[in-house]
Amino acid sequence: MSDAVSKTGRWIDLANPTRFLSLAGAVLPWLSGMTMIVLAAGFWMSMQAPDDYQQGATVKIMFIHVPFAWLSMMCYTIMTVAALGTLVWRHPLADVSAKAAAPIGAVFTALALITGSLWGKPMWGTWWVWDARLTSVFVLFLMYLGIIALTRAMDDPAKSAKATAILTLVGFINIPIIKFSVDWWNTLHQPASVIRIGGSTIDPSLLWPLLVMAIGFTLLFFTLHMMAMRNEIWRRRVVAMRRVAARSAERRPVQ
Amino acid sequence: MTSHTAFIVASYGASILILAGLIGWIFIDQRTQRLALQELETRGVRRRSDTKADDAS
Repeated sequence: MSDAVSKTGRWIDLANPTRFLSLAGAVLPWLSGMTMIVLAAGFWMSMQAPDDYQQGATVKIMFIHVPFAWLSMMCYTIMTVAALGTLVWRHPLADVSAKAAAPIGAVFTALALITGSLWGKPMWGTWWVWDARLTSVFVLFLMYLGIIALTRAMDDPAKSAKATAILTLVGFINIPIIKFSVDWWNTLHQPASVIRIGGSTIDPSLLWPLLVMAIGFTLLFFTLHMMAMRNEIWRRRVVAMRRVAARSAERRPVQ
Repeated sequence: MTSHTAFIVASYGASILILAGLIGWIFIDQRTQRLALQELETRGVRRRSDTKADDAS
């Protein structure tokens, strides 16, 4: 029992924004350093990778397109967990996490769409088709924009937190639709080829650079997310301190 | 083959530009909030939780 109590105690420590700020200060230099090293290695490996026997050099676009697409879904999943944190536990950092993640997720989704389009033109012969995979990812992009608008629509973050959390939870239905769209419907987009039952269908010479790039961009996501969360905590402190300053100015007698 | 190079360069170029924009925006936001906090602290404004801690001591 006492162990359980101390565990909750530790959890509450982590929920403390001040603790988060000192943690971020300690972790961020390492995280950003690792991001740069892994991304540089991934980029070098991508440039060294051989051409695909069918797609030629355009397979190089895969090394950025696939990580962006993975991250667009991972970011939304993190925001869904944060939404649960807001609604169930009223965790003070959950809303900060969701609000900070949304613009980053929107950027990665936009990049997945842009690089996919630039890959589709030479390989499929078209920039865009309204098929299941492409349309569901486009819907994900619109969801991100809606969530960004909602988090910034109200001055009081306490008010927008609940509405944003509910919208995020409802929108999570799109994530399995994106994942399985290539199996459920006929699409131009290829089905899963990296993580699948029976092993990857990609040759190791192309798979390794892809995995390193994916790890690099995931580290980049966590670095940026942590920085954006820290900014958001500071922003809320500035608002709170300005409110305190305004109130004490009111109380002061007029000279 | 050369026509494909244009697509590859365009996708890497667009990614670098857009990510640089995102990173730049986060750094500018960081600077803005840090300056605002510093300005409030030099004015002697404190958070409620800080003043409470002061009262207790």
